[in-house]
Amino acid sequence: MIKTNDLTKKFGSNIAVNQLNLDIPEGEFFCFLGPNGAGKTTTMEMVEGLRKPDGGTIKIFGESPWPRNVGILHRIGIQLQASAFFDKLTSIEQLRTFASLYDVKAGGAEEMLELVGLSEKAGTREDKLSGGQRQRLSIACALVHDPDIVFLDEPTSGLDPQARRNLWDVLESIRERGKTIVYTTHYLEEAEELCDRVAIMESGRLLALDTPANLVEGLEAPTRVLLKHGVLAVEAARRIAGVETASDENDLLTITTRSPGPVLAHLAENVSLDTLQVRTTTLEDVFLHLTGREYRE
Amino acid sequence: MSAFSSLSSAALKGFFRDKVAVFFSFAFPLMFIVIFGLIFSDAGTNKIEIGVVGEGPVITALDSTGALELTEFDNFQEAFQKVKDGDLPAVVAAEGNTVTLRYAASDQTAAATVRGIVAGVVNDVNLRSSGATATYRVQAQQVEDTTLKPIQFIVPGMMAWGVALGAVFGSAFTLVSWRKKQVLRRLRSAPINIFVILGSRLVATMMIGVVQAAVFIGVGTLPVFGLKLSGTWWMSLPILLLGIVAFFAVGLVIGSFCKTEEAASGVANAVIVPMAFLSGVFFPLDGAPSWMQTVSKFMPLRHMNDGMSDFLVRGDGAQALVSPSLILVGFTVLMLLLASKLFSWDAS
Repeated sequence: MIKTNDLTKKFGSNIAVNQLNLDIPEGEFFCFLGPNGAGKTTTMEMVEGLRKPDGGTIKIFGESPWPRNVGILHRIGIQLQASAFFDKLTSIEQLRTFASLYDVKAGGAEEMLELVGLSEKAGTREDKLSGGQRQRLSIACALVHDPDIVFLDEPTSGLDPQARRNLWDVLESIRERGKTIVYTTHYLEEAEELCDRVAIMESGRLLALDTPANLVEGLEAPTRVLLKHGVLAVEAARRIAGVETASDENDLLTITTRSPGPVLAHLAENVSLDTLQVRTTTLEDVFLHLTGREYRE
Repeated sequence: MSAFSSLSSAALKGFFRDKVAVFFSFAFPLMFIVIFGLIFSDAGTNKIEIGVVGEGPVITALDSTGALELTEFDNFQEAFQKVKDGDLPAVVAAEGNTVTLRYAASDQTAAATVRGIVAGVVNDVNLRSSGATATYRVQAQQVEDTTLKPIQFIVPGMMAWGVALGAVFGSAFTLVSWRKKQVLRRLRSAPINIFVILGSRLVATMMIGVVQAAVFIGVGTLPVFGLKLSGTWWMSLPILLLGIVAFFAVGLVIGSFCKTEEAASGVANAVIVPMAFLSGVFFPLDGAPSWMQTVSKFMPLRHMNDGMSDFLVRGDGAQALVSPSLILVGFTVLMLLLASKLFSWDAS
């Protein structure tokens, strides 16, 4: 559905996107993950046809989005980083106005409001909505013409945890409608939770591209078991079969192992389990491993 | 609804729900109409006020000239003191056959006028009392001149200014705020073109402008202000609309290169305020120095104002449409070319 080949974009001497190769099939929930300046947004803009690539090719529905391809515009829905609304219009008026731009019946407006859980806010003006409500409305505006692909640029940034979870439900229900979703996020656990496949980008390069499970598995990182200080001596921990390392730091005894089953069984027999935490590998570990530095949000 | 009418109606709703925009488009120019209208409602030059002491044929004749306003005093000393204090330009005392005139030296023009009138009146009275036949006679008759009553230029002037202001701010602010909020990008990602986007906003601005004009004229024709429309007033409509297009284009230029609303507001004011003075919308330029007259010929607002006045209050015929229309259209084309050079969809 979306195919890029050596896609490249430069801003002066800075290479924003560097020879990117992507292939996103229909119905996929695809996520760009990476810090600010990784090239996520620039890549999306080129795919959407809002920016001209400097090198490589893009095919979307088999056609090039640049120069401006009106046929493609009918079939994609775009939500931008800022909440792009018309001044002083109510939620339902925003949706009806956007619907008219695509020459579709405004009847879908109410349905979209319901989809994003804003039916009660139909008559509320955009400037009176909360941050989460604005994000949900802007997603509804991107969906109002029933596009095949939806592009969402950091829809959850700046939201409180509750509003974020709320939005996850909205994204899930969009996926259930069979849409292809391409989106960017800062949040690793969000990508892990929602996406079919994740593209990890940094400095314009694609570092990894796979399902969250494969990425985590591929790292082959050890599981970490954390115990309260004093529950078990470091020396005793090192003697447990399967333990790779054990160290005492910050009031916690940290054990790493690649065979967590036997190690946990052993611990269960000897120490109280309510003092114990298990940390499995997360996308964050993958990210840190790939970029080799602290993740900046 | 089509994209065009739907965007127009979105712009109109946005405007009428914005109290600040409505205030500056309607109440602000209206305030000037009311203030200027009331200040200048007592039209014409003020009469010269002088003091008089005593009575007789000379004082009666002075009163009937209609050029002076007489204030009676009981004694000469009191009136003389007023002249010395600068409260009165002159005092005339009639005692028996002697007419005494004392005038303040500070205002030479008033003094000369009063001296001339008093001398003329005294001569006239002398002539009549002598019973002689005058050798020379003056045949005087009143002529209705074309000088406009103040309200007749205040209303078209404020109309041109208020509508132009609304059009400039309307397009400049829309462009800047839409670019900042990424509405422009969002619209670009929809299957509509720039002409629909700008055209729909222009139509909304024209509708607002016509309502503004109707309100200003409506208030002007109230009896207290007394605006009298000429028979061809409706022919000012094309000039009004072309003026709106021209100033909408000015706003597009400003909105194209300004990145923030504050900058756009500053630039728009810097353009419109001096232009308003140089175009004679606040006061007529008849008495202005010639260089100012020349400069004003380059101001589109001057042509919009004069063009509308020609029909609203002067009653000119259709031939008066040609020149202001051509100038406004030419100016619009110039501004659109400039705007298309400067325009950008994105802030970055």
